[in-house]
Amino acid sequence: MEEEAQSTGVVKKFLYINRRAPHGTIYAHEALETVLIGAAFEQDVSLVFLDDGVFQLKKNQDTSGIGTKNFSKTYAALEMYDVEKLYVEKQSLDQRGMTEDDLSVDAKIISADEIKKLINESEVILNF
Amino acid sequence: MKFGILVNEGPYTHQASDSAYLFTKAAIEDGHEIYRVFFYHDGVNNGTRLATPPQDDRHIPNRWTELAKENGIDLVVCVAAAQRRGMVDPDEMKRNGKDANNLAENFRISGLGQLIEAGIQADRLITFGD
Repeated sequence: MEEEAQSTGVVKKFLYINRRAPHGTIYAHEALETVLIGAAFEQDVSLVFLDDGVFQLKKNQDTSGIGTKNFSKTYAALEMYDVEKLYVEKQSLDQRGMTEDDLSVDAKIISADEIKKLINESEVILNF
Repeated sequence: MKFGILVNEGPYTHQASDSAYLFTKAAIEDGHEIYRVFFYHDGVNNGTRLATPPQDDRHIPNRWTELAKENGIDLVVCVAAAQRRGMVDPDEMKRNGKDANNLAENFRISGLGQLIEAGIQADRLITFGD
């Protein structure tokens, strides 16, 4: 699926910044759709989760009570799309009483300063 | 400079689409190139030709259409976001068996790949939204 057809020869550093809770608005869901489509372009992709965005990676989500789509399992599938650089901001986790054990995927927990560095190094930033 | 523009909010509810328009217009007037304007999330609603705002207000979809006509800008509405929100062009109307279409002139419906491509091809991709 991620073949030459999408290749432009240019590889840029893409950074997706996920700042919002997974439910309540559609931003997190549609951000994930962008990441999945974008994976076919063979770019250098990183995802950052901060603020309420850390809830996107929370284990055992259940949306049956609100009748919306539970897309949370898709984050675990990102690896199959070669999207492997996932970062979570430590302070955001701490503020919400969460730890690495609450996360549904392997993600690197980093500081706000490290995120700043990541943003500075990125060429295309999509902020959802 | 070559700009890509991402519009993430709908017309009238949120100033993002006004700011995106004003930025795009100013960039063109300053001699910059607009590689593409991509409409995502509720931003797809900027492409409806059925909007009828009061006469003393700006007509947001028409304003985009005119800017695109005059300057040959590529206005792309995300297909996945459009399908959810009922933004339909004649092809999508047929494909999904709908009885109407509502996409304004000089807009086209295409995939998210167009956004990624704008990120790759443009010198700067600028997001308008929260």
